[in-house]
Amino acid sequence: MKKLINSVETVEEQMILGLVKSAPKKLRKLECGNVVVRAEKKENKVALVSGGGSGHEPSHGGFIGKGMLDCAVAGAVFTSPTPDKIFEGIQAVATEAGVLCIVKNYTGDVMNFEMAIDNAVDNELKIDYVVVNDDVAVKDSLYTTGRRGVAGTVLVHKIAGAKAEEGASLAEVKAVAEKVIANVRTMGMAISPCTVPAAGKPGFELPEDEMEIGIGIHGEPGTHRAKIASADEVAKTLLDKILADIDYKNQEVVVLVNGMGATPLMELYIINNFVQDYLAAAGVKVYDTMVGNYMTSIEMAGFSLTLLRLDDELKKLYDAPADTPALKR
Amino acid sequence: MIDAKKILEIISAIAKKIEAEKNFLTQLDNEIGDGDHGINLARGFKSVEEKLPSLADKDIGAIFKGVSMQLVSTVGGASGPLYGTAFMKAGNVCKGKMELTAEEFVAAIEAAVNGVKMRGKAVEGEKTMLDALCPAYKAIKAGIDCGKNLIDALNDGVDAAAAGVEYTKTIIATKGRASYLGERSIGHQDPGATSSLFMLQTALEVLRRE
Repeated sequence: MKKLINSVETVEEQMILGLVKSAPKKLRKLECGNVVVRAEKKENKVALVSGGGSGHEPSHGGFIGKGMLDCAVAGAVFTSPTPDKIFEGIQAVATEAGVLCIVKNYTGDVMNFEMAIDNAVDNELKIDYVVVNDDVAVKDSLYTTGRRGVAGTVLVHKIAGAKAEEGASLAEVKAVAEKVIANVRTMGMAISPCTVPAAGKPGFELPEDEMEIGIGIHGEPGTHRAKIASADEVAKTLLDKILADIDYKNQEVVVLVNGMGATPLMELYIINNFVQDYLAAAGVKVYDTMVGNYMTSIEMAGFSLTLLRLDDELKKLYDAPADTPALKR
Repeated sequence: MIDAKKILEIISAIAKKIEAEKNFLTQLDNEIGDGDHGINLARGFKSVEEKLPSLADKDIGAIFKGVSMQLVSTVGGASGPLYGTAFMKAGNVCKGKMELTAEEFVAAIEAAVNGVKMRGKAVEGEKTMLDALCPAYKAIKAGIDCGKNLIDALNDGVDAAAAGVEYTKTIIATKGRASYLGERSIGHQDPGATSSLFMLQTALEVLRRE
């Protein structure tokens, strides 16, 4: 394992400290652990709390600030944070208006957040949560864990964050978060794996001429393996799956071309070049495009494509100001 | 009869067993999950071991509750809440007790298993720790009900859990991260069922030491 770290035990804490030191006027770390909040608590608005395992930087701490999150709780690499730490975060940012937790749909994340939320309810805090499940690679079913929450989560942060900043009620912020979740779809792929520092070796192996289609953001396998193909062919495979899931024709969309951590921007732009032409030919109107590393998987090479179907409300909130370390508007 | 001292011995032995099997559990999780089961559990049980001296003169309910709090606050992922809930529920039925009869031990296991079902919203046959825990509980209860001593009944439970772990190789995961693999999860044994088996095996070994 070759990594720029100091020891496997200190990865998460030093990463969080470094993030906070990169924006000391905007961010603050709580003493109790790897919990980051806005440097100045904003009263009179619904507070947004997100979080999950580390290794997805800039998610989620990088999206704390005006127009987006109030708090992000970081667990160990690829491991949900624990209920006590989530509760500390909730308590630190809770306002009279309430708290909305944004949880990605993984068994562990959902359980730990639910336990923290139970505790918050016992402490008479006004709180609710939404679960993001945008990954079309996973079959959706009532009887299974269901779809994973992946890069589309960033758009939930952006739009629900804008709604909260407007002073909307908890029910209204939740409703708009649910609207984003209902209209956002993602699919990803990888050409090389990532190594969890504490594990010391890659989570999976991919032969030189193969790729994993439909991969998750923790190196979990996807739908299938295939021989490596051109950027255009791979992007088409992912887009076709997304376009088949909900109807985007004649709709306006936000496109997110997300790098998994080790994919050069050069390649993300090559992919975007195809994506824009392909969507135009398919009758999908691109309102705006984001290209970059938003929801990564440590040093995995690969990318995901996300489409968010917009209406007037979502468009307005998407365009609203945001001032966070990783997203400014 | 199992007294509080024995319970502490079992928990300490489980912590050592999990540390020893850390890499094996992680390897199993690499194949069908996200490769951290051993790492996370070992981190949790290390903190449990550090906590044990402060539980030395406590009743069994308090010991289980203390274990639960350590696991919930240090393991993370899904296994933290699941094992944490298991020990919490077992603690509730052992409240104030300095020793457990065979029947009370069965009741504690029953509460623990039901806690895992509740927290995980899962049942047997979904390729989870329940595929070891449910058959183990049934075998232990059947043993005690027909008059076996605790060690023999627990031995049946361990055999049933081991068979359950083997069974997980043959089924598709529908809960947890392995569910994303669908049919590709067949052929792999479930890491959670395996860690549950290790805990039961360790309990049996400690009880046999006398």
